[in-house]
Amino acid sequence: MLKDITLGQYFPGDTVVHRLDPRTKIVLVLVYIVAMFIAESFASYALMLVVLALAISLSRIRLATVLKGVKPLIFVIAITAFLNIFYTSGRVLVEFWIFKITEEGIFNAIFMSLRIIMLIMGTFMLTYTTSPIMLTVGIEQLLGPLKVIKVPVHELAMMMSMALRLIPTLIEETDKIMSAQKARGADFDTGNLIQKAKALLPILVPLFISAFRRADELAVAMESRCYHGGEGRTRLNVLTMSGRDYISFASAAAVLAGVITLAHFGL
Amino acid sequence: MDIAIKTENLTYFYNVDETGDQDIPDVLDNVSLEIKKGTFVAILGHNGSGKSTLAKHMNALLLPKGGTVTAFGMDTKDESLLLEIRRRVGMVFQNPDNQIVSNVVEEDVAFAPENLGVASPEIRRRVDDALKTVGMYEFRNHAPHLLSGGQKQRVAIAGVLAMDPECIVFDEPTAMLDPSGRRDVMEIIHKLRYERGTTVVLITHHMEEAALADRVIVMSDGHVVMDGKPKEVFVRVEELDELGLTVPETTRLLFELKNAGVDLPLDALSIDECAKVLADKFG
Repeated sequence: MLKDITLGQYFPGDTVVHRLDPRTKIVLVLVYIVAMFIAESFASYALMLVVLALAISLSRIRLATVLKGVKPLIFVIAITAFLNIFYTSGRVLVEFWIFKITEEGIFNAIFMSLRIIMLIMGTFMLTYTTSPIMLTVGIEQLLGPLKVIKVPVHELAMMMSMALRLIPTLIEETDKIMSAQKARGADFDTGNLIQKAKALLPILVPLFISAFRRADELAVAMESRCYHGGEGRTRLNVLTMSGRDYISFASAAAVLAGVITLAHFGL
Repeated sequence: MDIAIKTENLTYFYNVDETGDQDIPDVLDNVSLEIKKGTFVAILGHNGSGKSTLAKHMNALLLPKGGTVTAFGMDTKDESLLLEIRRRVGMVFQNPDNQIVSNVVEEDVAFAPENLGVASPEIRRRVDDALKTVGMYEFRNHAPHLLSGGQKQRVAIAGVLAMDPECIVFDEPTAMLDPSGRRDVMEIIHKLRYERGTTVVLITHHMEEAALADRVIVMSDGHVVMDGKPKEVFVRVEELDELGLTVPETTRLLFELKNAGVDLPLDALSIDECAKVLADKFG
């Protein structure tokens, strides 16, 4: 059951979006987020919607899959919409008891919900189309200049990729420990919240012990394979920017400029 | 110089607690050994005999508390030689899950040459070569955690091969594997030894594996108690029994027959040899 968790939610593929340099994709997503916050009119939202639709269709990831990412946050979106409807002052449309619904409130609610939904969908496109390893490599290279001010960029990236590497192993281990405890009569499914939490303790203790032991052994194995930090390290797969990356940058700049212009004219 | 690993009066103990209680016995006590280049040496011993501790001295994972260890003429205490020692003396551990560092097989194999600063095209060549040697080339883009134990261990061996080592120390590499995985690993060891001329040090519990070596070293309580060709070591059945070690089943059979009064040589180690000896006697 735990094995069903797909981490990083990466969907392998061989589309233009998949083949983009991870650095490009990270930058594009950042630009997209900025643009989403600048956009505040029908025209700019329409433009951003076109961008999002284009990215999704190019990546050949099913719309239903992308929308699934929004599902866990539906509650947050609902609350945002609710607050916007009732707490925006403006031309009153309906009034009852202490509540007032204004025209501006309705517009705000729609825009805010749409903004959150589109932000989630857009950022999910990054993890859907980029393998965790490539994402780590991309982040490491993008943050590279920060090494000058002594930010341990390589170490952070190594920690991230180690965590990604160990997650499936630890999930498997948890499964095993749970089975072992169940075989000895442990009950994880009944009782109230506190009882359930208490039942988890016999899983967490051995899991932690084994995680530490694994980490120790892994460190020894890494050392015996000549690991000595990021200094002088080379890469099997070197990231290279190609034509499609530059085209994406140009398009992103154009969209951002478009959104800013639209906002400037109050459209 | 034809010596790969040399230990002289190697002594090691784990840290004593702060009360200064010195009664903790040495894990290794005055071990002096020479392992020749290109040979296949098996180290046997029950748990706590010091065999893994000895192995960890060979690539400077542990440094001697007394005596010296040299790998290809380099003193392991010399920190400036550390990377070179570890490159030339690779190490494969028991649990394949705890030595794989990446989510993709080929990236894992590339880990060591990446650390050594090898240029990208050369890393590619070495990774492909190492994966072909262990027969895992078709799996190069797979996720390691979805492979079987034996396959994972082969990936781990490829990861060491990518450093282009001259000596590989295997620390109970088959202990967690099923019989087919065990056979695959032993085949690779055989191949490395005879086709590449790699020096192999194999630490193991399995007598059948040790029987394939050129030389068997038996350890007990931090001492080397036996050292010789497999045939010379395994005929000492009673001593091995006392140390809590078993002997290969062929030797056991011949030993029991001898005890029952049938005069047979004990050194027919392989199944074929054993069968021949029995056939000659009774046939």
